[in-house]
Amino acid sequence: MRPAVVLLPLLALPLLLNDFWLTQVATRALILGVMALSLSFLATYLGVVSFAQATMAGVAGYTMAYFGPNTVGLGVPLPFWVTIPIALALATVSGALVGLIARRSRGIYAIMITLAIGVAFFYFTRQNYTFFNGWTGFSGVRAPEIAGISLRDPLPLYLLSLATAGLALALVSGFVRSPLGLTIQAVRDAPGRVLALGISVTTPIVAAFAFSGFLAGAGGILNVWYQERISSFSVGLGPIIDILIISVIGGLRHPAGAFVGAVVFVLLDTFAVDLIDRERFNTLIGCVLLLIVVVAPGGLHQLGADWIARLRSPDAKSKSSVRANS
Amino acid sequence: MTLFLIVTLNGLTLAALYFLAASGFSLIFGLMRTVNMAHGALLLLGGYVGYSIVDVTGSWGLGVLGGGLAAALAGALVQAGVLGWMQGDELRQTLASIAISIIMADLMLWYWGGLTYQVALPEALAGGQRLPILGVGYANIRLALMAFALATGLALWFLIQRTRFGAVIRAGVDDQDMLRALGYPIGRIFVLVFALGGMLAGMAGVVAASALSIAPGTDLQFLLSSLVVVIVGGMGSIGGAALGALLVGLAEQYGLAYAPTYGVVFTFAIMVLVLAVRPQGLLGKAEQ
Repeated sequence: MRPAVVLLPLLALPLLLNDFWLTQVATRALILGVMALSLSFLATYLGVVSFAQATMAGVAGYTMAYFGPNTVGLGVPLPFWVTIPIALALATVSGALVGLIARRSRGIYAIMITLAIGVAFFYFTRQNYTFFNGWTGFSGVRAPEIAGISLRDPLPLYLLSLATAGLALALVSGFVRSPLGLTIQAVRDAPGRVLALGISVTTPIVAAFAFSGFLAGAGGILNVWYQERISSFSVGLGPIIDILIISVIGGLRHPAGAFVGAVVFVLLDTFAVDLIDRERFNTLIGCVLLLIVVVAPGGLHQLGADWIARLRSPDAKSKSSVRANS
Repeated sequence: MTLFLIVTLNGLTLAALYFLAASGFSLIFGLMRTVNMAHGALLLLGGYVGYSIVDVTGSWGLGVLGGGLAAALAGALVQAGVLGWMQGDELRQTLASIAISIIMADLMLWYWGGLTYQVALPEALAGGQRLPILGVGYANIRLALMAFALATGLALWFLIQRTRFGAVIRAGVDDQDMLRALGYPIGRIFVLVFALGGMLAGMAGVVAASALSIAPGTDLQFLLSSLVVVIVGGMGSIGGAALGALLVGLAEQYGLAYAPTYGVVFTFAIMVLVLAVRPQGLLGKAEQ
């Protein structure tokens, strides 16, 4: 019953919003939310904060650009129903590779290593011209047309993003209940015991990263259709930090937090001009991030959940003081 | 042959800079388990302040000192004002320091603009000289930079291995709770070490602005090099920072000279290789 409560108003949203709100705010928040979901999934269920999610999303985006229509005359155009599976597969593989490299690291070590991977990929796309077209990247990347309707049009892209977001959330909640998903959570809680049971720790970790790569890839495909271009800046430190900020604002302890964070981020990004000087957006978002980390380490999702819990039973104590890294 | 020598010297120059930047980062991490993501921002702040001081006073030495002190003060404020409140919660500290680095970078961009700055060199350091034995010419400032890094490394070694303050730091690295139980004001020691790390970063910033140049983005470049250096060398070890800086600096310059397209991949390959063989870094202690 609960998904319907959320889904129905979202389906009705196009009736209420004009194209600007639908595309610049709602669709963008959904796309960023899917990318941030890949991080929230890792943080919630594997207990690892990864900075390489923009890289995985970028792999999918670059694949779509290379094997699709673009205006830089590079790559091999293929039909979109071939390109999409390739892009998702490559994003999944890139996720698995990141997991393989970072498998022995946890906590802050994993942060450092995934950050180094992400930035190495950024510099690599800048220097490589045969696949990534260097600094400039790809422009004129078009979303496919089905029956004469371009998927880039406001309504189709919104519905597609909504469907992807819903599917991604459903996929996450199904995956974490599967035996593999449960093993991943066991590795988060007690890697020593998992090893003692004779289960390899490497497989669940790599699988979790691969799955997060798949999610990030789905977001990356939507993002490249939305932006209609991709370059080294799409996988640089800016997007890496954006995804992190979104997940942290929403809350790293529940996958749905990613979408809460994405809505807040996009609203701030779109309307920062009215609050402060456009140029100082980074100061604003930095202060918001600092405020969340200091005041509500569980993020807005946790804050909301606490609030609802308190409304239901006024005596219940807030649990937001639980340590952020479990 | 001349190319090889020049590239090697360039690699050593870069390694010296990386060492200066990474040693403070590693020191802070070693004692407090804090990954200070604002380290690059502290370095850039030092560089900018140093530039402004040299611009006004004309004294290079004063610039290095002022840049170091400014970054030391900022570092102490970061620890005393924000990170100290969440001691023991490493992930939260990391996220908070990222927020601080975003804010600092943006405010510095606002104040100093997007220009590239280069600190004016004093008479003695300008120009270059022909090196004996090797027979190649090289810039004075870069030779001075290597000497500076060497002296800093020795001074750090002396401070940590031979002084009372160093003994307290080493004790803190090994067993924080015991140190606290013995009545040492651990909060104040943390702030001091943060200031020391900031000082190193700030001086590195001014030196980087003299030997190369600084601009928005320099903070990230040095934050990342510091990350890779301490991952390769081992976190919390000054010797590891030196070894890591040497490996990364040389690999980067050889890569740039002999395989320009894939230079960055060299650095990355070293990191992956070290992680595969020794996850705690070449000279690091095991994680738990």
